[in-house]
Amino acid sequence: MALGLSVIFGMLRIVNFAHGVMFMLGAFVAYYGAQLVHLPFYAALIVAPVVVGLFGLLIEVVFLRRLYGLDPLYGLLFTFALVLIVEDVMRAAAGALGSPYSPPDALAGATNIGFTLFPTYRLFVIGVAIVVCVVVWYVLERTPVGARVRAATEAPVLVRALGIDTQRLISLTFAVGVALAALAGVLAAPNQNVEPTMGDKIIINTFAIVVIGGLGSIGGSILTGFALGLLQTVGAVIFPAFNDTLIFLLMIIVLLIRPSGLFGSPASAK
Amino acid sequence: MTTALLGTRRGALVAAALLLVALVLPKLIYPVLAIDIIAYALFAVAFDLLLGFTGLLSFGHAMFWGGAGYVTTILVARMHLPLALAALIALVYAAVLALIVGAIAIRRQGIYFAMITLALAQLQYFFAYQLGDWTGGENGVQLTARGNLLGIPLENDVAFYYAVLVIAALGTWFVVRVVRSPFGAVLGAMRENEQRAIALGFRVDRYKLVAFVLSGTLAGLAGILFAVGNRLSGLDGVDWHTSGKVVMMSLLGGIGTVFGPIVGAGLFESLDYFVSKTIVGDKTNIVMGTIFALCVLLFRRGIVGELLAGARKRSS
Repeated sequence: MALGLSVIFGMLRIVNFAHGVMFMLGAFVAYYGAQLVHLPFYAALIVAPVVVGLFGLLIEVVFLRRLYGLDPLYGLLFTFALVLIVEDVMRAAAGALGSPYSPPDALAGATNIGFTLFPTYRLFVIGVAIVVCVVVWYVLERTPVGARVRAATEAPVLVRALGIDTQRLISLTFAVGVALAALAGVLAAPNQNVEPTMGDKIIINTFAIVVIGGLGSIGGSILTGFALGLLQTVGAVIFPAFNDTLIFLLMIIVLLIRPSGLFGSPASAK
Repeated sequence: MTTALLGTRRGALVAAALLLVALVLPKLIYPVLAIDIIAYALFAVAFDLLLGFTGLLSFGHAMFWGGAGYVTTILVARMHLPLALAALIALVYAAVLALIVGAIAIRRQGIYFAMITLALAQLQYFFAYQLGDWTGGENGVQLTARGNLLGIPLENDVAFYYAVLVIAALGTWFVVRVVRSPFGAVLGAMRENEQRAIALGFRVDRYKLVAFVLSGTLAGLAGILFAVGNRLSGLDGVDWHTSGKVVMMSLLGGIGTVFGPIVGAGLFESLDYFVSKTIVGDKTNIVMGTIFALCVLLFRRGIVGELLAGARKRSS
């Protein structure tokens, strides 16, 4: 269900390889927190995003900022370098093998949701994902800060001319995006092993989601993310072996029929 | 433009110097590492045809490199075809794959193009992973022997190295010819100003597709050399880190300079090898990633690109 959260990164228009790393770091903060200071899961949900968000802010201010104004491909490449470095540092620090991370007892087990039994933890993750999506949507669409962020991504020069510090807005947006990636990492930790490469798959899926959904309406991105989450859940039952390929096949179909993405306007298809 | 390098005396000098280094390379380092370097050099040249001369960043080129490697080793090891025939079929595979992937990916540009090629490469990765009966899954496909190519025995690493060198040199020569042809000029025009190229009446999508197929096929050729050289093809070859590796090599050497990516590949592979002998061990990406990050931040023209810019500044 981290899929639902990855939608958000697409919305913030700062999709890059770094999010996979931040996702992984979020999980590791939770893991080490639990190991070293017995940080409870719920506290990790707050601590990890803050810690990783600050790390992201540092990266943005020190490095990424230098690359704005260039071809956005350089930003992508820099974050790829970041992936290589951080993954190997974590491999050196934690080993290549994954470590298990258990959810709190209250969320273990299964709940009867009427027609079937469903793991309680997954229900919790879906709940958190919905709440986060709604909050992000509300902030972006209904608050002055959100209006500025949207304006700054659409017409940065004009927004600067109006006397708004766009640089700060971009840094803030980046940090929030990174914090959300870390949150997704904490949420995903109990479902999979905490390991240095855990972010790789998620970031490639995210790329596919962004291509499928297209840039544009926020509702559209969220819908795409949830629809794909559902598709993968169903796909896991019907043909498990090729479930991982479903999302890419869908991406191909969408590209053939609507190159700008399901919800993107043709003008934004750049 | 940097492409001016190709026709000049300086270009010929660079080519001659590279060739000289390449000729003595197996005396200097472990021959299989030398084979890897030359294979990667051709891979980077093929990749740069797309990024440097057409302006398209593919983040999925490992699919041609690793894919063609798989086809070759599977045909030889499991179906006992002669190497030459297997390699030919693998080249056709790479070309057809490039045609399909290219046709889909050129519908979008820039960062999306990169993401789509990456996603499609992952698709092939998953298939390679799932079809373990054919690809050997995590173990890969091993060749017990390289066999011989048109009667020339290839078991000796040094002999095989020189065969690889000849093929890679021909491949590079081919890229130089393409870049300097009228076709290459149109590619350059598209990279500089796509709208204007369209206005001039060029069907840019077709040019992009042809460039993509050429690049993918050559990457496949390089992948075949690599797989046969190592007598192995595995999941590493089709993994997205390999796609990223060729991007790093090209940028490190200097995109759009033809010879730059060769330098980048040589430097990258040998550095990676020597770093792995230090305390860093197999975590070489800490060092390689840092170098690449610095390259992106500080010298985006790459080593050869910066040298050329420096030379031009002096002469003007």
